[in-house]
Amino acid sequence: MDTKKMDYTILKDEIAIPYELAMGPTWTRFFEGFKQERIYATRCPKCKRVLVPARSYCPRCFVETDEWLEVSQEGTIVCWALTEYEYFAIPIKPPYIGALIKLDGTDTNFLHLVGGIDLSDPEYVRKTIKNGMKVRAVWNPEKKGTIMDIKYFEPMK
Amino acid sequence: MGRPVAIIGVGQTKHGRRFDVSYPELVKEAVDAVFEITGIDPGDIDGVVSGTMPSMMEGVALTHFYFADVLRSVGKPIMKTETCGSTGASLAITGYYWVASGMADLVLVVGSEKMNEGDSQATMTTVLEPFYQRYFIAGAPGIFSMQSQEWSVRFGIPEEKIRAAATKLTIDHHKDAFDNPYAHIKKELTEDEVNNARIITYPVRLWDVCPNSDGACAVIFASEDKVRQMDRKPAWIKGVGYSGEEYWFGDSDKVVWQSAIQASREAYKMAGITNPIEQLDVAEVYNPFTFQELLFYECFGFCDFGKACDETLKGTFARDGKLACDPSGGTLCTNPIGATGLIRVSEAALQVTGQAGDHQIPGAKLALAHAMGGVDQYNAVLILGSEL
Repeated sequence: MDTKKMDYTILKDEIAIPYELAMGPTWTRFFEGFKQERIYATRCPKCKRVLVPARSYCPRCFVETDEWLEVSQEGTIVCWALTEYEYFAIPIKPPYIGALIKLDGTDTNFLHLVGGIDLSDPEYVRKTIKNGMKVRAVWNPEKKGTIMDIKYFEPMK
Repeated sequence: MGRPVAIIGVGQTKHGRRFDVSYPELVKEAVDAVFEITGIDPGDIDGVVSGTMPSMMEGVALTHFYFADVLRSVGKPIMKTETCGSTGASLAITGYYWVASGMADLVLVVGSEKMNEGDSQATMTTVLEPFYQRYFIAGAPGIFSMQSQEWSVRFGIPEEKIRAAATKLTIDHHKDAFDNPYAHIKKELTEDEVNNARIITYPVRLWDVCPNSDGACAVIFASEDKVRQMDRKPAWIKGVGYSGEEYWFGDSDKVVWQSAIQASREAYKMAGITNPIEQLDVAEVYNPFTFQELLFYECFGFCDFGKACDETLKGTFARDGKLACDPSGGTLCTNPIGATGLIRVSEAALQVTGQAGDHQIPGAKLALAHAMGGVDQYNAVLILGSEL
């Protein structure tokens, strides 16, 4: 900050508030699955959509979704964005690719990362990553029961 | 349907990096301006609506209480409305409802933000929960880039054509902003500068993205009775439409985009618009990103899906085109986010009352104002007209 140009005082302030955020039974069970390298969905008894990540109720039919099923760790890229910007308090450092991935046999798109390729050259990424491309989950060896237990989805050969 | 409602005056601050004033002083500038322009006595205001983006933008919660004195709201009912980037449009709708219901005759509506005082992108990361989605589409550019990327592939639009259309939009808007005394970024850009600018989220580059602005906007909504008592040109609220989305980003289609389509069609229906490109004279489309502006043209029925780039390159949406879009320079040049949607509404009001000055679209009678909020989660559209 160039204070030379400023006539008036600026107060520097920071607020850090710790939180304890309850996951509830459905999300707890979903992330327990991650520890075993499994991805779980729930199926809506009414519209029959397979929802991933697992939900406790269908957001369209408003009925409980208590049928659990393990879904494929393979899917296709629906859309993606290569991010070159570092965000405060986000553990993922640029460059990275955020993507919607349609896991095989599911009816919603799962948001995660696409990786396992050289991300340093946007032109190379653009030529390599395509919508409809098949990808597969790559797990981190150490599991914490969080979304980052999946390292990323990598393009399949 | 409620009573007829009009905007009877608007006040804006000079938007930009406003470290010359404290946040309440910035809000006061806009409030003072609207009272001065209209000659309305603050004591005659029945109620006040105030809004910002999430409060952690400036680190002060419940800003409508912080601003109570400068809003002249002491002893009056005050409401806060907050829908992220669309806050300003939601503020306008709140004020409209209050007067349309018959419960108030004069309502002061104020939107504000001081984005330079905090970390705007960090603030926006908190729009998403931290369990599943926050890390992957943090901030604004990632989300909108993903959406645009899917749009381009689905409709088979060559990247070169999108780049060319986006480049034309940003050059035009930054040039148009010179004619708007309140705009933040005004710049003569060259194609080379735009096309080779720093990548933010590929293929979105620096000049495809709006700035962080500080600014405030104040608008007075009036009942028909009050309008008739004043010697001022009213901008009548002809149509209002708004629509929300499911939470999960991957659950619904953001290309043929339900909330944007539905909000515009609700507003058109109420305003009696059947052919927007023919009937509208000017549109203030919320355009924080060039690529998203193109998609909005299609969702609002200004052209068919997949055709916005062609129409943009033909000049259809330029200031002298068939439907002038964002002659103020739009959100792309000025984005004090809690005020931004209300600035769209204000600009539409200025246009249909012939008060837009150097960026006036000659003879404008019917205008669209729009804003979008959240992770593609909400759209609001208002139609303003010179005639009741």
